[in-house]
Amino acid sequence: MPYVPHTPEDIRRMLGVIGAPSVASLFDEIPAELRPKSFDLPAGKSEMDVLAHLEALAKKNAVNHVSFLGAGFYDHHIPAAVDALSMRSEFYTAYTPYQPEASQGTLQAIFEYQTAVTRITGLAYANASVYDGGSALFEGAMMAVRHTGRRKLVVCEAVSPIYRVMLSSYTSNLHLELVTVPHKDGACDLAALTKALDADTAAVVVQNPNFFGTLHDFTALFAAARAAGVVSLISVYPVLQSVLKSPGEMGADVAVAEGQSLGLPLSFGGPYLGVMTCNKELVRQMPGRMVGRTVDTEGRTGYVLTLQAREQHIRRQKATSNICSNQALCALRALIHLCLLGQEGLTRTAETCIERAHYAAERLTAIDGVKLLSGDAPFGNEFAISLPVNAYKVIDKLSARGVVPGFPLGRYYQGLENVLLVACTEKTSTESIGIFAEMLRGALK
Amino acid sequence: MIPNDLKYAKSHEWAKIEGDVATIGITHFAQEQLGDLTFIDLPKVGATLTAGAEMGSVESVKAASELYAPVSGTVTEVNAALENAPEAVNQDPYNSGWMLKVKLASAPADLLDAAAYADVCAAEAH
Amino acid sequence: MNTVFKKSTEGREGVWPVKPEKSAADLLPAGLLRGKSAGLPSLSELDVVRHFTQLSKRNYGVDGNFYPLGSCTMKYNPKFTETAAALPGFTRLHPVLPQLKGAGRMCQGALEVMYETEQLLCEVCGMKAFTLHPMAGAHGELTGVMIMAAYHKDKGNKKTKIICPDSAHGTNPASAAIAGYEVVNLPSKDGIVDPDELAKVLDDSVAGMMMTCPNTLGLFETNLPKIVEMLRSVDALLYYDGANLNAIMGKMRVGDAGFDVVHLNLHKTFATPHGGGGPGAGPVGVSERLVPYLPVSRVEKLEDGQFFLNYDFPKSIGYVAPFYGNFGVFLKAYAYILRLGGNGLIRATENAVLAANYLRKRLDGVLDVPYDRVCMHEFVASACKQAASSCHVRALDIAKALLDRGYHAPTIYFPLIVKEALMFEPTETESLDTLDQFADDLIAILAEAEINPDSAIGAPRNLPVTRLDETRAARNMELTDDL
Repeated sequence: MPYVPHTPEDIRRMLGVIGAPSVASLFDEIPAELRPKSFDLPAGKSEMDVLAHLEALAKKNAVNHVSFLGAGFYDHHIPAAVDALSMRSEFYTAYTPYQPEASQGTLQAIFEYQTAVTRITGLAYANASVYDGGSALFEGAMMAVRHTGRRKLVVCEAVSPIYRVMLSSYTSNLHLELVTVPHKDGACDLAALTKALDADTAAVVVQNPNFFGTLHDFTALFAAARAAGVVSLISVYPVLQSVLKSPGEMGADVAVAEGQSLGLPLSFGGPYLGVMTCNKELVRQMPGRMVGRTVDTEGRTGYVLTLQAREQHIRRQKATSNICSNQALCALRALIHLCLLGQEGLTRTAETCIERAHYAAERLTAIDGVKLLSGDAPFGNEFAISLPVNAYKVIDKLSARGVVPGFPLGRYYQGLENVLLVACTEKTSTESIGIFAEMLRGALK
Repeated sequence: MIPNDLKYAKSHEWAKIEGDVATIGITHFAQEQLGDLTFIDLPKVGATLTAGAEMGSVESVKAASELYAPVSGTVTEVNAALENAPEAVNQDPYNSGWMLKVKLASAPADLLDAAAYADVCAAEAH
Repeated sequence: MNTVFKKSTEGREGVWPVKPEKSAADLLPAGLLRGKSAGLPSLSELDVVRHFTQLSKRNYGVDGNFYPLGSCTMKYNPKFTETAAALPGFTRLHPVLPQLKGAGRMCQGALEVMYETEQLLCEVCGMKAFTLHPMAGAHGELTGVMIMAAYHKDKGNKKTKIICPDSAHGTNPASAAIAGYEVVNLPSKDGIVDPDELAKVLDDSVAGMMMTCPNTLGLFETNLPKIVEMLRSVDALLYYDGANLNAIMGKMRVGDAGFDVVHLNLHKTFATPHGGGGPGAGPVGVSERLVPYLPVSRVEKLEDGQFFLNYDFPKSIGYVAPFYGNFGVFLKAYAYILRLGGNGLIRATENAVLAANYLRKRLDGVLDVPYDRVCMHEFVASACKQAASSCHVRALDIAKALLDRGYHAPTIYFPLIVKEALMFEPTETESLDTLDQFADDLIAILAEAEINPDSAIGAPRNLPVTRLDETRAARNMELTDDL
């Protein structure tokens, strides 16, 4: 039997020591009425046959298209050493580091990950990560609710709609008020956001670049929030953060991110990485695991899980969150990725992404009837274009010819049925941008 | 380790009543049960306390425990030193480990004297 | 060992892409750019490879060390599932593809994986439907309780409480609280749920009860049929925490037994690696009456054999994940289930229970076993005798002494209702030689500690660090290299 090493002789010996007549007798406590009504599963297969089956399924997925899909999830180059190192079994077959002396590898890596992400966001404290960028945003909002004792969340409509629907599912039983402030042609309405802050507001929630790719400086909004006792919560894109004004520089209290762009494959939606950082004032509200540095009995530096008294295994129903793990392996990959690129490599990556996107925007808006949705508002590696036809039509036509031209914003925004969200990364070649532009020109004729 | 001049709550807080002001903290027994304290969450100056209601919490590495107000009144002073040195509560719970000064709203009721509190501790230790 | 940041040397080239023609300053307004550099390290590829290879050597994992960590099911993780999950046809697939109308045709293989995995889990558990969206066990719990809340809301039931037995993992009450419920703690009797105690707290305000079976003491809940009946009488739902599914595959099905909701920990029972604490996957299965409330989207199969995502479920709790859950994780569980087949899963369960009972017998008399009867896939022992004796050796000390001998320790801070607990879960994948050697070593540790308590109290001595000052860590909050 695969992965079970016991021979019939071993089993006889073990039953002898236990004093049980048979393996079946070990299950005698399960009453007849609780026995399975069916257990109709296929017979086992060889490793070769299972792999052949999965290879056949993998082939049914079209992954060789030229793709301009982003929407918060990007196809970046992952250095080979990220796979090689994160696949060391000492990392990936370990459990949560409950025994710190036997887990210094995982613990130091998480400590270094915490350091790296705080440097990126410019806020002083980080946790060991949560499931994804959306759960990080929800947990960040809950930090604000606990910190302020207030129950209203003011959310910019240009925050990823994927995260906003998660936020509304999660908060539906928690008696919170979600106020959504409409975007203006893909840009955040800073005046309306500022106006919406009041004495009941726990947090103002924004994103940079926002879902439309538009960039903002939220410094004034965050200052107004601070004056009103409101927590500033921002979701960012870590790759671009190497060049963009940091949440810390803008005066944010909590900064979260989807860490997928840091060494994690797209992998059809997960596993991803929820990055969470905050300033000192809010660190006691941080959910999830955190690693801290300390010393051993000999005075040597070592690392432990810390501030555990906030967590579910001690606080039970009074815990800051029910989260009891982190995305350790994904955080490790992100850290290795950041170390391999370094400051220079990440900056070059960001600049290349932005350069390609600006080139693509130039080529596409040269086509009759194609305009940037946000006019001359600055954007990073992604931008929205309005088309003279429904975006789905263009997607259908182009994807049949091997180009997935972007994401149809009409899926989430009423009135934007003709708008396409186009993303570039360092992997997007200028040739493929040229092909896309020519195909689009043809499709709109 | 149960001073005679203090009053005690069954939930292991002590109160030193001087006129209409009470100084409050947690007892030696409580700090010993919790182990080395790592964080103390206290109400702010101006907060209103109700005797028997939750007023904050203390954390150690492996435990967390709520604090209950032994008296009713308004917080007039918080021991700020505890923020960076919670160990004072372990080392000297009745003096430098004090937590709050409270202007009493009413005369404290239902507090135990040292002998009665000693019985509470003895019962819990078993 | 220095942190990776301390190893940085300015100007050293890592895996750098080609320098673009334009800089950020050429492309964007100055006011949008950061003033202070993020200060990520400059390292050569070998610097990075050496640093993380050395770090990995400061870790125990299942591949190198027996890991009998109770309640965590640290079984061997077959390598071929990694090969499957690394296929470019899966890793390169963008998650929004199916949202482009008609683009379901571009990801039929992935949708089939999801559909088939759900079907297999339904049959293993006897549930009507599964969602793969929850991204970890605790996330599955939250999703499950949200589904329960949606059911009661839809029926107009006024429910405010969830019952959790005192043996429950702390995550259960935390999940119930985060879903908006008040938690009622239920004391156990002889290690299992007592219907008389349940009767005292059960009334119309109870939305449901969260249980695991076998429970966290490794004991089968023999009153289960009675409990199901009692809950039904007040329209309360029964939740199954799947942490311990490895004990019952093919022996009992959650749905047949009367549970309404179940979450599974694929990283436990279905052998996907724990990754040092994640990523996991926590699929949730439901009985027929809860199907309308499952999160969206749901994968469906058309008559022509094509798969598509259906978002049209008006009673759904909505979205709990950005997309379809941790695809790269449940893909491995799918491969594992196909490899083992129905009989293989039954054998896994049988051998896990056999191994746990064998180890229990080998340690009986050496440690105290407070619930001394046939256990399921794990059992709880207690070092209370040792702690109370003149040597004062506690469960923690025994755990640390085991680390010195190359074993990961059993679970020691849990369950809370046993003092000085040591919870062992050997799993089905460890050989008899390993179990015997472990038992012999543990017996030797205890014998030595009786003569020389410091042998255990001073452990570990053979690892990169000795015991660490956790109080100092919590007081100083040095969470990054910059603090």
